[in-house]
Amino acid sequence: MIRETVRRFATEVVQPKVREMDEKEQMDPSIIQGLFEQGLMGIETPSEFGGSESSFTAAIIAIEELAKVDPSVSVMCDVHNTLVNTVLRSYGTEEQKAKWLPLLSSEKLGSFCLSEPASGSDAFALQTKAQKVGDDYVLNGTKMWITNSYEADVFLIFANIDPSKGYKGITCFIATKDMGIEIAKKEQKLGIRASSTCTLNFDGVKIPKENVIGGEGKGYKIAIEILNEGRIGIAAQMIGLAQGAFSLSVPYTYTRTQFGQPIGNFQGMAFQFAEAATEIEAARLLTYNAARRKDNGLPFVKEAAMAKWYSSQVAQSVTGKAIEWMGGLGFTRETGVEKFWRDSKIGAIYEGTSNIQLQTIARFIQKEHSQ
Amino acid sequence: MFRNTLSRSPKCIVSRSSVSAARTFSVTRHHRSEQQLTQIGSLDVFTEEEEMIRETVRRFATEVVQPKVREMDENEQMDTSIIQGLFQQGLMGFETASIHGGSESSFTSTIIAIEELAKVDPSVSVLCDVHNTLVNTVLRKYGNEEQKDKWLSLLSTEKAGNLGSFCLSEPASGSDAFALQTKASKVGNDYVLNGTKMWITNSYEAEVFLIFANINPAKGYKGITCFIATKDMGIEIAKKEQKLGIRASSTCTLNFDNVKIPKENIIGGEGKGYKIAIEILNEGCIGIAAQMLGLAQGAFSLSVPYTYTRTQFGQPIGNFQGMSFQRKENGLPFVKEVAMAKWYASKVAESVSGKAIEWMGGTGFTRETGVEKFWRDSKIGAIYEGTSNIHAHTDVDKDKLRTMWCESS
Repeated sequence: MIRETVRRFATEVVQPKVREMDEKEQMDPSIIQGLFEQGLMGIETPSEFGGSESSFTAAIIAIEELAKVDPSVSVMCDVHNTLVNTVLRSYGTEEQKAKWLPLLSSEKLGSFCLSEPASGSDAFALQTKAQKVGDDYVLNGTKMWITNSYEADVFLIFANIDPSKGYKGITCFIATKDMGIEIAKKEQKLGIRASSTCTLNFDGVKIPKENVIGGEGKGYKIAIEILNEGRIGIAAQMIGLAQGAFSLSVPYTYTRTQFGQPIGNFQGMAFQFAEAATEIEAARLLTYNAARRKDNGLPFVKEAAMAKWYSSQVAQSVTGKAIEWMGGLGFTRETGVEKFWRDSKIGAIYEGTSNIQLQTIARFIQKEHSQ
Repeated sequence: MFRNTLSRSPKCIVSRSSVSAARTFSVTRHHRSEQQLTQIGSLDVFTEEEEMIRETVRRFATEVVQPKVREMDENEQMDTSIIQGLFQQGLMGFETASIHGGSESSFTSTIIAIEELAKVDPSVSVLCDVHNTLVNTVLRKYGNEEQKDKWLSLLSTEKAGNLGSFCLSEPASGSDAFALQTKASKVGNDYVLNGTKMWITNSYEAEVFLIFANINPAKGYKGITCFIATKDMGIEIAKKEQKLGIRASSTCTLNFDNVKIPKENIIGGEGKGYKIAIEILNEGCIGIAAQMLGLAQGAFSLSVPYTYTRTQFGQPIGNFQGMSFQRKENGLPFVKEVAMAKWYASKVAESVSGKAIEWMGGTGFTRETGVEKFWRDSKIGAIYEGTSNIHAHTDVDKDKLRTMWCESS
């Protein structure tokens, strides 16, 4: 049912705006509103806090369906649900959940602030400081590459309350825009252009002590665990994206004739379709299996890394082929197929680069295969 | 400028027809005899003239083109001063005879120029490529003396500076190029053109157009004829495409509505268009391979140095073994070897430029550094001047050497 709801929303509300949002590099506020109205911004949140109380797999399905139409809208929904909501649900106190989850389910967009100019893959070398002043904290530093930040009201910010402790000082704070969070720069990107990606400055931003999530020094653990889940969300975005491009381009090849027949009938093309479809299916199974493992309380970190790495590769490969199947038309911006290819590239970079995923998987292999 | 130096050293000049079918991408011919010319040369050895051309183009690309690349891409508009600059530098008549204002250089020199331009901007590269390898070459090979006298200097000299365009594809004929439908009706001694061409590179800025039209559809492809025309004969730009990549290179749909073409504007004779197009595209695809090679190199050279300055986990990310293995796979020697085939070069271009983005992480994904542009630009390599599927098809079925290597005919 959630698949059907999201599919309808994506097709009727999002689709007509995709190209314009991409050309303008701007998310249409009515789409953010629509996501809230459809109940897609609190998918796993308990109903007492205004959520749908659904499973993680349901969130994955929603992310996938949105990505079939617009990967920018998909990632916005993904970060909000799998990173922001989940941190609060998993590590928030009852007061914090009661205060923040309803806002996040009904009207306020969330943003997850970990990366900095000098710490991307090496996330825990972060330098944003949180100085204790009385009972409260004062934040100083810069975050970079922050998704949703242009439109967000609620920010999860990882800062170090005690740099002498290294990563053990990293703490998760929740803040609102009006506490003084400044948008220093909005990136101009290759793809997912409608998804805002900004550099944020914190200049003496005061955060009350009740806004510490999970306790002092727990930020490292929170970030690691949440990103392990979050990458299943990205995998879902990638498989949706691949499917979207496939569904757009293949029918065209059965209508476009050259040399007296539909070009899709040529065996060379047909074999390419078969390979691409198989790869999408394999990526989908990896992704769903990782999601189901998590829902069933099984270890899923290795499977999540595999799903994210593989899905991003498949997305890039299939969307690239989809352009070529459409020939010159695929190369113009009119049909929307080239946009899927541009959007796919980020899959190998954010929420853990492909090289980081490979390293994660390799570590599990080493553990499993050595005495 | 190399053009002046050339006129002092005619021994450096080798025309294509004097080289055997096994001629390689580059031949060491400086101070060698005719016999030695037929030996396979090294890919790393070039003549003095070729090295000079490389240096000239590299300087032009770095000093004149580079500062404008991003703006031209964002605006989807070729800066006219760059087109002027190409003419000024003598880069628009490589193989053209000097009596017609050209450099009287080799095909290899053209390839080198296309490659060097693509390292900086594949859009500028393809503009130069189409003008030289398609338009100029058709005139040189198939034009009569009057036509060569009339048109080549317009296309080569700085004074005239006429950009050329090659009009073959149509909405209903891409890969199946010879199913084209533009008609040329004979009216008295002249012809009247009616039809539409699509995906035409350079057409927004061009003055001179080679147009393939059928003078007798009943004869099928045997009626296809090559005409030369100027913009002011009534060629109308119906649409300029908004593209994924090579955005500064204009790609337009053209309409011909009773465009009158005098009989002396037929190139090669009535019904010879099919042969001309086939032969010229076989050469042209090598130009695209050169563009893709330069593109891949440009992306590689932009991204790899960054990985030696960007530190994470306490060291430059380029030092990690995983990264160095990826560099080796995508690296220079490999790319050079496969530059021969357009099909493979386009794959390598896409793969290398794609990796180059990833090596630069988030920074690679922004439009600021210019590395993502190389990836966007690379995709057309698998589509124009013969799709990858078409090359896979022809390379398998036909004489592989003939399709992949430029052969004098």
